[in-house]
Amino acid sequence: MNVVIIDYQAGNVTSVQRALASLGVESCITPDPNVVRAADRVIFPGVGAAASCMANLRSTGLDQALHDVVNAGTPVLGICVGMQLLFSHSDEDGGVECLNILPGTVKRFQPTDQQLKVPHMGWNPVTFSEGESLQTETVLTPYYFVHSFYCSPTDESLTVARSEHGIEFCAGVRRDNLVAMQFHPEKSGPAGLRLLQRFVEGT
Amino acid sequence: MLTKRVIVCLDVRAGQVTKGVKFQGNVDLGDPVEYARRYYEQGVDELVFYDITASAEQRSLFIDVVERVAAEIFIPFSVGGGIRDVDTMRTVLLAGAEKVSVNSPAVRNPEIITAGAEAFGAQCIVVGMDAQKVETTKAIPSGYEIVIDGGRTPTGQDALAWAIEAESRGAGEICLNAIDTDGVKQGYELTITRMVSDAVGIPVIASGGGGTPQHLIDAVTTGGADAALIASMVHYGDYTVGSIKADMAQAGVPIR
Repeated sequence: MNVVIIDYQAGNVTSVQRALASLGVESCITPDPNVVRAADRVIFPGVGAAASCMANLRSTGLDQALHDVVNAGTPVLGICVGMQLLFSHSDEDGGVECLNILPGTVKRFQPTDQQLKVPHMGWNPVTFSEGESLQTETVLTPYYFVHSFYCSPTDESLTVARSEHGIEFCAGVRRDNLVAMQFHPEKSGPAGLRLLQRFVEGT
Repeated sequence: MLTKRVIVCLDVRAGQVTKGVKFQGNVDLGDPVEYARRYYEQGVDELVFYDITASAEQRSLFIDVVERVAAEIFIPFSVGGGIRDVDTMRTVLLAGAEKVSVNSPAVRNPEIITAGAEAFGAQCIVVGMDAQKVETTKAIPSGYEIVIDGGRTPTGQDALAWAIEAESRGAGEICLNAIDTDGVKQGYELTITRMVSDAVGIPVIASGGGGTPQHLIDAVTTGGADAALIASMVHYGDYTVGSIKADMAQAGVPIR
Protein backbone atom coordinates (compact mmCIF):
# COMPACT_ATOMS: atom_id res chain seq x y z
CA MET A 1 0.00 0.00 0.00
CA ASN A 2 1.52 3.25 -1.17
CA VAL A 3 0.17 6.00 1.11
CA VAL A 4 1.28 9.48 0.13
CA ILE A 5 0.96 12.64 2.23
CA ILE A 6 1.10 15.83 0.19
CA ASP A 7 3.73 18.28 1.40
CA TYR A 8 3.06 21.82 0.25
CA GLN A 9 4.69 23.81 3.05
CA ALA A 10 1.41 24.00 4.95
CA GLY A 11 2.19 23.38 8.56
CA ASN A 12 3.23 20.20 10.20
CA VAL A 13 2.46 17.27 7.93
CA THR A 14 4.55 14.89 10.05
CA SER A 15 1.78 14.52 12.63
CA VAL A 16 -0.30 12.61 10.07
CA GLN A 17 2.68 10.41 9.28
CA ARG A 18 3.27 9.70 12.99
CA ALA A 19 -0.37 8.75 13.48
CA LEU A 20 -0.20 6.36 10.52
CA ALA A 21 3.06 4.89 11.82
CA SER A 22 1.38 4.08 15.13
CA LEU A 23 -1.09 2.01 13.09
CA GLY A 24 1.76 0.18 11.37
CA VAL A 25 1.11 2.06 8.12
CA GLU A 26 4.14 3.40 6.28
CA SER A 27 3.67 6.60 4.38
CA CYS A 28 5.66 8.97 2.24
CA ILE A 29 5.61 12.76 2.55
CA THR A 30 6.23 14.35 -0.83
CA PRO A 31 6.00 17.63 -2.74
CA ASP A 32 6.39 15.72 -6.06
CA PRO A 33 3.21 15.67 -8.23
CA ASN A 34 4.25 12.45 -9.95
CA VAL A 35 4.72 10.62 -6.66
CA VAL A 36 1.22 11.80 -5.74
CA ARG A 37 -0.18 10.49 -9.05
CA ALA A 38 1.33 7.05 -8.38
CA ALA A 39 -0.21 6.73 -4.90
CA ASP A 40 -2.77 4.14 -3.75
CA ARG A 41 -4.02 6.55 -1.08
CA VAL A 42 -3.52 10.30 -0.94
CA ILE A 43 -3.76 12.38 2.21
CA PHE A 44 -4.04 16.14 1.71
CA PRO A 45 -3.49 17.76 5.11
CA GLY A 46 -3.06 21.40 5.87
CA VAL A 47 -2.64 24.04 8.48
CA GLY A 48 -2.21 27.61 7.40
CA ALA A 49 -3.63 30.40 5.35
CA ALA A 50 -5.52 29.67 2.13
CA ALA A 51 -3.64 32.17 -0.06
CA SER A 52 -0.13 30.88 0.67
CA CYS A 53 -1.32 27.27 0.50
CA MET A 54 -2.84 27.79 -2.95
CA ALA A 55 0.25 29.63 -4.15
CA ASN A 56 2.42 26.69 -3.08
CA LEU A 57 0.11 24.14 -4.72
CA ARG A 58 0.18 26.06 -8.01
CA SER A 59 3.91 26.69 -8.09
CA THR A 60 4.67 23.00 -7.55
CA GLY A 61 2.02 21.60 -9.92
CA LEU A 62 0.39 19.78 -7.01
CA ASP A 63 -2.92 21.48 -7.89
CA GLN A 64 -3.08 19.55 -11.18
CA ALA A 65 -1.92 16.35 -9.48
CA LEU A 66 -4.84 16.63 -7.04
CA HIS A 67 -7.30 17.00 -9.92
CA ASP A 68 -5.68 13.99 -11.60
CA VAL A 69 -5.86 11.64 -8.60
CA VAL A 70 -9.45 12.63 -7.86
CA ASN A 71 -10.40 11.95 -11.51
CA ALA A 72 -8.44 8.68 -11.55
CA GLY A 73 -10.49 7.35 -8.64
CA THR A 74 -7.65 7.20 -6.11
CA PRO A 75 -8.98 7.45 -2.55
CA VAL A 76 -8.13 10.97 -1.33
CA LEU A 77 -8.55 12.29 2.22
CA GLY A 78 -8.47 16.05 2.78
CA ILE A 79 -7.92 17.34 6.31
CA CYS A 80 -8.78 20.82 7.66
CA VAL A 81 -7.32 23.39 5.23
CA GLY A 82 -6.85 20.45 2.86
CA MET A 83 -10.64 20.10 2.87
CA GLN A 84 -11.26 23.82 2.41
CA LEU A 85 -8.91 24.11 -0.58
CA LEU A 86 -10.95 21.51 -2.50
CA PHE A 87 -13.75 24.05 -2.87
CA SER A 88 -14.16 26.82 -5.46
CA HIS A 89 -13.45 29.86 -3.35
CA SER A 90 -12.38 30.87 0.14
CA ASP A 91 -13.19 34.15 1.84
CA GLU A 92 -9.87 33.94 3.73
CA ASP A 93 -7.08 36.45 2.97
CA GLY A 94 -9.48 38.80 1.17
CA GLY A 95 -10.71 36.07 -1.17
CA VAL A 96 -8.79 33.19 -2.76
CA GLU A 97 -9.63 31.04 -5.79
CA CYS A 98 -9.14 27.44 -4.69
CA LEU A 99 -8.93 24.05 -6.45
CA ASN A 100 -12.57 24.05 -7.56
CA ILE A 101 -12.81 20.27 -7.31
CA LEU A 102 -15.98 20.64 -5.24
CA PRO A 103 -18.49 23.47 -5.81
CA GLY A 104 -18.91 25.74 -2.85
CA THR A 105 -17.25 28.41 -0.76
CA VAL A 106 -15.32 28.67 2.50
CA LYS A 107 -16.64 31.21 5.01
CA ARG A 108 -15.56 32.61 8.34
CA PHE A 109 -17.46 31.88 11.53
CA GLN A 110 -19.40 35.01 12.49
CA PRO A 111 -20.03 34.69 16.21
CA THR A 112 -23.26 36.34 17.29
CA ASP A 113 -22.79 35.19 20.85
CA GLN A 114 -19.90 36.55 22.92
CA GLN A 115 -19.28 33.10 24.35
CA LEU A 116 -18.59 31.65 20.90
CA LYS A 117 -14.88 31.78 20.33
CA VAL A 118 -13.05 31.88 17.01
CA PRO A 119 -10.89 29.94 16.24
CA HIS A 120 -13.27 27.06 16.87
CA MET A 121 -10.71 25.12 18.88
CA GLY A 122 -11.25 21.89 20.74
CA TRP A 123 -13.32 18.72 20.74
CA ASN A 124 -16.75 18.82 19.17
CA PRO A 125 -19.14 15.91 18.50
CA VAL A 126 -19.55 14.98 14.83
CA THR A 127 -22.69 13.47 13.35
CA PHE A 128 -22.01 11.36 10.28
CA SER A 129 -24.52 10.68 7.54
CA GLU A 130 -25.99 7.21 7.39
CA GLY A 131 -23.66 4.87 5.55
CA GLU A 132 -20.54 7.09 5.58
CA SER A 133 -17.69 4.61 5.67
CA LEU A 134 -15.38 6.80 7.79
CA GLN A 135 -17.82 6.61 10.68
CA THR A 136 -16.12 4.10 12.94
CA GLU A 137 -17.78 4.88 16.27
CA THR A 138 -21.05 3.54 17.61
CA VAL A 139 -21.73 6.55 19.82
CA LEU A 140 -21.65 10.29 19.11
CA THR A 141 -17.94 11.11 19.36
CA PRO A 142 -16.06 14.43 19.57
CA TYR A 143 -13.11 15.03 17.26
CA TYR A 144 -10.47 17.75 17.51
CA PHE A 145 -11.06 20.90 15.49
CA VAL A 146 -9.00 24.04 15.07
CA HIS A 147 -10.19 26.45 12.41
CA SER A 148 -11.80 29.85 11.85
CA PHE A 149 -13.32 29.08 8.44
CA TYR A 150 -15.78 26.37 7.39
CA CYS A 151 -16.92 24.88 4.07
CA SER A 152 -20.29 25.61 2.57
CA PRO A 153 -20.87 23.16 -0.32
CA THR A 154 -23.25 24.30 -3.07
CA ASP A 155 -24.53 20.75 -3.27
CA GLU A 156 -25.86 19.87 0.19
CA SER A 157 -25.69 16.17 -0.60
CA LEU A 158 -21.88 16.32 -0.49
CA THR A 159 -22.01 16.85 3.28
CA VAL A 160 -21.46 13.59 5.15
CA ALA A 161 -20.50 14.94 8.58
CA ARG A 162 -21.88 17.81 10.61
CA SER A 163 -20.97 19.65 13.77
CA GLU A 164 -22.19 22.77 15.54
CA HIS A 165 -20.52 25.98 16.64
CA GLY A 166 -23.19 28.63 16.92
CA ILE A 167 -24.48 27.31 13.61
CA GLU A 168 -24.52 23.80 12.22
CA PHE A 169 -21.58 23.55 9.84
CA CYS A 170 -20.20 21.04 7.39
CA ALA A 171 -17.56 18.90 9.14
CA GLY A 172 -17.02 16.45 6.31
CA VAL A 173 -17.75 15.92 2.62
CA ARG A 174 -17.59 13.01 0.22
CA ARG A 175 -17.88 12.59 -3.52
CA ASP A 176 -17.08 9.01 -4.53
CA ASN A 177 -13.37 8.41 -3.81
CA LEU A 178 -12.80 11.93 -2.46
CA VAL A 179 -13.50 12.47 1.22
CA ALA A 180 -12.49 15.34 3.49
CA MET A 181 -12.86 16.22 7.15
CA GLN A 182 -12.66 19.62 8.83
CA PHE A 183 -11.36 18.12 12.07
CA HIS A 184 -7.94 16.55 12.63
CA PRO A 185 -8.18 12.74 12.85
CA GLU A 186 -4.43 12.62 13.54
CA LYS A 187 -5.05 14.62 16.73
CA SER A 188 -8.38 13.11 17.71
CA GLY A 189 -7.13 10.30 19.91
CA PRO A 190 -8.14 6.66 19.41
CA ALA A 191 -11.30 7.57 17.42
CA GLY A 192 -9.25 9.65 15.00
CA LEU A 193 -6.76 6.81 14.54
CA ARG A 194 -9.62 4.43 13.74
CA LEU A 195 -10.86 6.85 11.09
CA LEU A 196 -7.40 7.00 9.49
CA GLN A 197 -7.15 3.23 9.59
CA ARG A 198 -10.55 2.90 7.91
CA PHE A 199 -9.48 5.30 5.16
CA VAL A 200 -6.24 3.43 4.51
CA GLU A 201 -7.95 0.04 4.51
CA GLY A 202 -10.64 1.44 2.25
CA THR A 203 -13.47 -0.67 3.54
CA MET B 1 -21.55 21.91 20.81
CA LEU B 2 -17.90 22.46 21.54
CA THR B 3 -16.86 20.64 24.71
CA LYS B 4 -14.88 22.21 27.55
CA ARG B 5 -11.30 21.01 27.67
CA VAL B 6 -9.33 19.58 30.57
CA ILE B 7 -5.65 20.27 30.02
CA VAL B 8 -2.84 18.74 32.07
CA CYS B 9 0.38 20.69 32.46
CA LEU B 10 3.70 18.92 32.92
CA ASP B 11 6.77 20.84 34.08
CA VAL B 12 9.85 19.27 32.56
CA ARG B 13 13.40 19.67 33.84
CA ALA B 14 16.36 17.71 32.48
CA GLY B 15 14.00 15.35 30.67
CA GLN B 16 11.95 14.57 33.80
CA VAL B 17 8.54 15.67 35.03
CA THR B 18 9.22 17.81 38.04
CA LYS B 19 7.22 19.57 40.71
CA GLY B 20 8.26 22.53 42.78
CA VAL B 21 7.89 21.87 46.49
CA LYS B 22 8.09 24.67 49.02
CA PHE B 23 11.49 24.89 50.77
CA GLN B 24 12.66 21.70 49.06
CA GLY B 25 13.32 22.82 45.52
CA ASN B 26 12.13 20.47 42.82
CA VAL B 27 11.25 16.80 43.03
CA ASP B 28 11.50 14.67 39.91
CA LEU B 29 8.39 12.60 39.33
CA GLY B 30 9.34 10.55 36.27
CA ASP B 31 9.34 10.21 32.51
CA PRO B 32 7.15 12.81 30.75
CA VAL B 33 6.18 10.34 28.04
CA GLU B 34 4.90 7.89 30.66
CA TYR B 35 2.86 10.65 32.27
CA ALA B 36 1.56 11.82 28.91
CA ARG B 37 0.49 8.30 27.96
CA ARG B 38 -1.30 7.80 31.26
CA TYR B 39 -3.31 11.02 30.87
CA TYR B 40 -3.98 10.23 27.20
CA GLU B 41 -5.46 6.89 28.22
CA GLN B 42 -7.53 8.65 30.89
CA GLY B 43 -9.02 10.90 28.20
CA VAL B 44 -7.21 14.20 28.69
CA ASP B 45 -8.11 16.71 25.96
CA GLU B 46 -4.77 18.41 25.63
CA LEU B 47 -1.34 18.52 27.26
CA VAL B 48 1.12 21.32 27.99
CA PHE B 49 4.83 20.69 28.43
CA TYR B 50 6.62 23.46 30.19
CA ASP B 51 10.40 23.58 29.93
CA ILE B 52 11.57 24.99 33.24
CA THR B 53 15.23 24.84 32.32
CA ALA B 54 17.21 27.30 30.29
CA SER B 55 20.51 25.67 29.44
CA ALA B 56 21.14 24.63 25.87
CA GLU B 57 22.13 21.15 26.96
CA GLN B 58 18.84 20.52 28.74
CA ARG B 59 17.00 22.17 25.88
CA SER B 60 17.93 19.30 23.61
CA LEU B 61 16.70 16.82 26.21
CA PHE B 62 13.41 18.70 26.19
CA ILE B 63 13.11 18.59 22.39
CA ASP B 64 13.72 14.86 22.61
CA VAL B 65 10.76 14.61 25.01
CA VAL B 66 8.56 16.56 22.58
CA GLU B 67 9.49 14.20 19.74
CA ARG B 68 8.81 11.10 21.82
CA VAL B 69 5.44 12.44 22.96
CA ALA B 70 4.47 13.29 19.37
CA ALA B 71 5.23 9.72 18.28
CA GLU B 72 2.90 8.20 20.86
CA ILE B 73 0.21 10.69 21.84
CA PHE B 74 -2.42 11.65 19.26
CA ILE B 75 -4.03 14.66 20.83
CA PRO B 76 -2.90 18.29 20.61
CA PHE B 77 -0.18 19.48 22.92
CA SER B 78 1.61 22.75 23.41
CA VAL B 79 5.04 23.70 24.60
CA GLY B 80 6.04 26.62 26.77
CA GLY B 81 9.09 27.92 28.56
CA GLY B 82 12.14 29.44 26.97
CA ILE B 83 10.38 30.45 23.75
CA ARG B 84 11.74 33.85 22.79
CA ASP B 85 11.80 33.92 19.01
CA VAL B 86 10.32 32.45 15.84
CA ASP B 87 13.23 30.03 15.39
CA THR B 88 12.59 28.40 18.77
CA MET B 89 8.89 28.21 17.92
CA ARG B 90 9.74 26.46 14.67
CA THR B 91 11.98 23.95 16.47
CA VAL B 92 9.26 22.81 18.88
CA LEU B 93 6.52 22.82 16.23
CA LEU B 94 8.65 20.68 13.93
CA ALA B 95 9.35 18.35 16.85
CA GLY B 96 5.60 17.71 16.89
CA ALA B 97 3.97 20.29 19.19
CA GLU B 98 0.67 21.77 18.03
CA LYS B 99 1.10 25.13 19.67
CA VAL B 100 3.66 27.24 21.46
CA SER B 101 3.05 29.29 24.56
CA VAL B 102 4.85 32.58 25.17
CA ASN B 103 4.65 34.50 28.42
CA SER B 104 7.30 36.98 29.67
CA PRO B 105 9.05 37.35 26.29
CA ALA B 106 5.71 38.44 24.77
CA VAL B 107 5.33 41.17 27.40
CA ARG B 108 8.88 42.40 26.78
CA ASN B 109 8.52 42.16 23.01
CA PRO B 110 4.87 41.88 21.90
CA GLU B 111 6.04 41.72 18.29
CA ILE B 112 6.87 38.03 18.86
CA ILE B 113 3.12 37.28 18.93
CA THR B 114 2.57 38.82 15.50
CA ALA B 115 5.70 37.24 14.07
CA GLY B 116 4.68 33.81 15.34
CA ALA B 117 1.11 34.14 14.08
CA GLU B 118 2.32 35.22 10.67
CA ALA B 119 4.80 32.38 10.42
CA PHE B 120 2.64 29.54 11.75
CA GLY B 121 -0.94 30.78 12.02
CA ALA B 122 -2.72 32.31 15.00
CA GLN B 123 -3.98 28.91 16.15
CA CYS B 124 -0.37 27.97 16.98
CA ILE B 125 0.26 30.90 19.30
CA VAL B 126 -0.87 30.74 22.91
CA VAL B 127 -0.13 33.81 25.01
CA GLY B 128 0.40 32.81 28.62
CA MET B 129 -0.04 35.52 31.21
CA ASP B 130 0.40 35.70 34.97
CA ALA B 131 -2.05 38.05 36.65
CA GLN B 132 -1.96 39.31 40.22
CA LYS B 133 -4.71 41.10 42.11
CA VAL B 134 -3.79 44.71 42.99
CA GLU B 135 -5.47 47.97 43.91
CA THR B 136 -7.50 49.39 41.07
CA THR B 137 -5.68 52.41 39.67
CA LYS B 138 -5.85 54.49 36.53
CA ALA B 139 -3.06 52.42 35.01
CA ILE B 140 -4.62 49.14 36.14
CA PRO B 141 -8.38 49.62 35.88
CA SER B 142 -9.18 45.89 35.99
CA GLY B 143 -7.44 45.53 39.35
CA TYR B 144 -5.22 42.77 37.97
CA GLU B 145 -1.61 43.40 37.04
CA ILE B 146 0.60 41.41 34.70
CA VAL B 147 3.67 39.98 36.44
CA ILE B 148 6.49 38.32 34.56
CA ASP B 149 9.53 36.13 35.21
CA GLY B 150 7.49 33.51 37.00
CA GLY B 151 5.66 36.05 39.12
CA ARG B 152 8.74 37.91 40.36
CA THR B 153 8.51 41.09 38.29
CA PRO B 154 5.44 43.36 38.34
CA THR B 155 5.05 45.25 35.06
CA GLY B 156 2.52 47.95 35.91
CA GLN B 157 0.48 46.66 32.97
CA ASP B 158 -3.23 45.91 33.19
CA ALA B 159 -4.02 42.22 32.71
CA LEU B 160 -7.28 42.79 30.88
CA ALA B 161 -5.73 45.33 28.53
CA TRP B 162 -2.84 42.97 27.84
CA ALA B 163 -5.21 40.11 26.99
CA ILE B 164 -7.02 42.34 24.51
CA GLU B 165 -3.72 43.48 23.00
CA ALA B 166 -2.48 39.88 22.73
CA GLU B 167 -5.59 38.99 20.75
CA SER B 168 -5.22 41.98 18.46
CA ARG B 169 -1.58 41.05 17.84
CA GLY B 170 -2.56 37.61 16.61
CA ALA B 171 -2.74 35.25 19.59
CA GLY B 172 -4.98 32.25 18.97
CA GLU B 173 -5.58 31.49 22.62
CA ILE B 174 -4.89 32.89 26.08
CA CYS B 175 -3.72 30.88 29.05
CA LEU B 176 -4.56 32.99 32.07
CA ASN B 177 -2.68 32.04 35.21
CA ALA B 178 -3.63 33.71 38.49
CA ILE B 179 -0.59 34.11 40.70
CA ASP B 180 -2.61 34.47 43.90
CA THR B 181 -4.40 31.15 43.53
CA ASP B 182 -1.62 29.19 41.81
CA GLY B 183 -0.50 26.18 43.81
CA VAL B 184 -3.02 26.84 46.60
CA LYS B 185 -5.67 24.43 45.26
CA GLN B 186 -8.49 26.62 46.49
CA GLY B 187 -10.02 27.24 43.10
CA TYR B 188 -9.32 29.40 40.07
CA GLU B 189 -9.46 33.20 40.15
CA LEU B 190 -12.91 33.48 38.63
CA THR B 191 -13.18 37.27 38.49
CA ILE B 192 -10.29 37.96 36.11
CA THR B 193 -11.01 34.75 34.21
CA ARG B 194 -14.55 35.98 33.49
CA MET B 195 -13.34 39.48 32.63
CA VAL B 196 -10.81 38.21 30.10
CA SER B 197 -13.13 35.58 28.67
CA ASP B 198 -15.85 38.16 28.08
CA ALA B 199 -13.43 40.68 26.58
CA VAL B 200 -11.70 38.51 23.97
CA GLY B 201 -13.04 36.48 21.06
CA ILE B 202 -10.40 33.75 21.31
CA PRO B 203 -10.45 30.76 23.68
CA VAL B 204 -9.28 31.27 27.28
CA ILE B 205 -7.67 28.61 29.47
CA ALA B 206 -8.06 29.09 33.22
CA SER B 207 -4.91 28.22 35.14
CA GLY B 208 -3.79 28.29 38.75
CA GLY B 209 -5.79 26.96 41.66
CA GLY B 210 -7.44 23.78 40.45
CA GLY B 211 -7.77 21.41 43.43
CA THR B 212 -11.13 19.69 43.02
CA PRO B 213 -13.45 18.87 40.10
CA GLN B 214 -15.81 21.60 41.35
CA HIS B 215 -13.03 24.15 40.76
CA LEU B 216 -12.88 23.16 37.09
CA ILE B 217 -16.66 23.30 36.83
CA ASP B 218 -16.58 26.83 38.29
CA ALA B 219 -13.81 27.90 35.90
CA VAL B 220 -15.77 26.95 32.78
CA THR B 221 -19.17 28.13 34.05
CA THR B 222 -18.80 31.14 36.38
CA GLY B 223 -15.37 31.94 34.96
CA GLY B 224 -16.52 31.52 31.36
CA ALA B 225 -13.29 29.73 30.42
CA ASP B 226 -13.08 27.35 27.47
CA ALA B 227 -10.62 25.07 29.22
CA ALA B 228 -9.11 24.49 32.64
CA LEU B 229 -5.51 23.61 33.30
CA ILE B 230 -4.51 21.22 36.08
CA ALA B 231 -1.27 19.67 37.31
CA SER B 232 -0.74 18.36 40.83
CA MET B 233 -4.38 17.27 41.15
CA VAL B 234 -3.61 14.37 38.87
CA HIS B 235 0.18 14.00 39.23
CA TYR B 236 -0.12 12.60 42.74
CA GLY B 237 -3.07 10.36 42.02
CA ASP B 238 -5.64 12.36 44.03
CA TYR B 239 -7.83 12.35 40.94
CA THR B 240 -7.75 10.88 37.47
CA VAL B 241 -8.62 12.91 34.39
CA GLY B 242 -11.49 10.49 33.88
CA SER B 243 -12.97 11.06 37.33
CA ILE B 244 -12.71 14.83 36.98
CA LYS B 245 -14.45 14.75 33.60
CA ALA B 246 -17.15 12.45 34.94
CA ASP B 247 -17.90 14.97 37.70
CA MET B 248 -17.96 17.80 35.16
CA ALA B 249 -20.37 15.88 32.95
CA GLN B 250 -22.54 15.17 35.99
CA ALA B 251 -22.73 18.91 36.59
CA GLY B 252 -23.95 19.46 33.04
CA VAL B 253 -20.68 20.71 31.54
CA PRO B 254 -20.26 19.49 27.94
CA ILE B 255 -17.13 17.38 27.95
CA ARG B 256 -15.58 14.82 25.65
